[in-house]
Amino acid sequence: MFTLVKDTLISQVVTLWGVFKKLFVKADTVEYPDQQPYMFPRWRGRIILSRDPDGEERCVACNLCAVACPVDCIALQKGEMEDGRWYPEFFRINFSRCIMCGFCEEACPTNAIQLTPDFEMAEYVRQDMVWEKEDLLIDGCGKYHDYNFYRVAGKQIAGKDKGEALNEAKPVDVRSLMP
Amino acid sequence: MTLEVGSGLTIGLILGVVIVVAAMLIWVERRLLSFWQERLGPNRVGPFGLLQVVADMIKIFTKEDWVPPFADRFSFVLAPAIIMTVILLSFAVIPFGPNIGVVESNIGVLFILAMASLGAYSVMLGGLSSDNKYALLGSLRAAAQMVSYEVFMGISLLGVVALSGSFNLRTIVEAQEGMWFVIPQFIGFVIFLIAGVAESHRLPFDIPEAEQEICAGYHTEYSGMKFGMFFVGEYLGLVLVSSLITVLFFGGWMGPSFLPPIVWFALKSGVFIAFFILLRAAIPRPRYDQLMSYGWLFLLPLSLINLLVTGAIILST
Repeated sequence: MFTLVKDTLISQVVTLWGVFKKLFVKADTVEYPDQQPYMFPRWRGRIILSRDPDGEERCVACNLCAVACPVDCIALQKGEMEDGRWYPEFFRINFSRCIMCGFCEEACPTNAIQLTPDFEMAEYVRQDMVWEKEDLLIDGCGKYHDYNFYRVAGKQIAGKDKGEALNEAKPVDVRSLMP
Repeated sequence: MTLEVGSGLTIGLILGVVIVVAAMLIWVERRLLSFWQERLGPNRVGPFGLLQVVADMIKIFTKEDWVPPFADRFSFVLAPAIIMTVILLSFAVIPFGPNIGVVESNIGVLFILAMASLGAYSVMLGGLSSDNKYALLGSLRAAAQMVSYEVFMGISLLGVVALSGSFNLRTIVEAQEGMWFVIPQFIGFVIFLIAGVAESHRLPFDIPEAEQEICAGYHTEYSGMKFGMFFVGEYLGLVLVSSLITVLFFGGWMGPSFLPPIVWFALKSGVFIAFFILLRAAIPRPRYDQLMSYGWLFLLPLSLINLLVTGAIILST
């Protein structure tokens, strides 16, 4: 009899009181559009293409990001400037496929492609989820302020011969090494 | 302008207020439930989300009024009308204030019990005519639950009737001038509370609906306004049970005179409505056989003992 009363009445009353006390507890809800959450700087959100400190596109159209992408949402085509620099003729990210994994950013040898803490990318038309190079390119350097690929890389372009890059030794004339 | 029992104005006011309150309860319930679950609930539409009901109503009225081709059309349409009708009829005998009410009935308690029994037909017909296995299971459960819980719902009220010597709800309220019946009839009150929850098939006794087990039970096939009538009918039943508890056990409209009687009535009923919502927030649904054995083996003997003791005390004094 005692266990019956305990099971049917007392434990229910205890539960009711415990739930009633929640009335005076602050709600956990974040009222999102009015109350913006703090976004961490390393948050993996909307993808951008950055420029180097001289204002040139960093992307050299190496295709490593497209290869690394697990959902194949990146498409690009290599083009070549007259001075020998490589650049993407088009660079297209399909954000309806993108899973914001950040593998493209890790694969990028020139720090061109970067993920930003922006997540508000909803669109009414599905086609608007496909972003072209003009939409992706920003004016700044993103997370790396003084990195310039062509200034440190050994690649030869007009106005910068072999061995003229930063910290790069002059090319060795192999014939001068003869015994 | 004075209100008197049975005048057209009073009847219209009661009908309007009761239906509006039942509709607003949709919002009240969602809001209170979310507070008890540390959420905020609907607070976007209008101030405090008050217009959520309006949005819900617009949505439910503009939905397609669809009858499944395999359903029995006549009883499918009839079922939601029954539950609204019988519950609104039950409000006819409830005394909301000293001069507010629809009819003076000497058999008020019996009338309400009869209407509650008729309400079972709505659930049964709705489930049977849907021709859907979940709906059928729901209506089976509903029929068994209603039959078993009506028995001691009636018996638990007999203590109050014996103390006041009348089936007239107004006389019962007036008999509580000195002491609310909740004190001498506490066991009767608890049993009636439990039976009331089961009767209006609200959680934790919403076995006929039981979304997690059998979809939505008897109203699985219902949509649009026909579903809305079941939905609002459930809240009407909640208001009815709360005001019945107020009338039978908590002295109806009586209270200190700094507030008008109708406000006391509304306050007391509101407390019970909130309590029913708290029950929903806190208590898990029992298994079907647990519900039945709990009713027949525990509550029925308890209510009989309660009636017996009450009768013995009345006779001896």
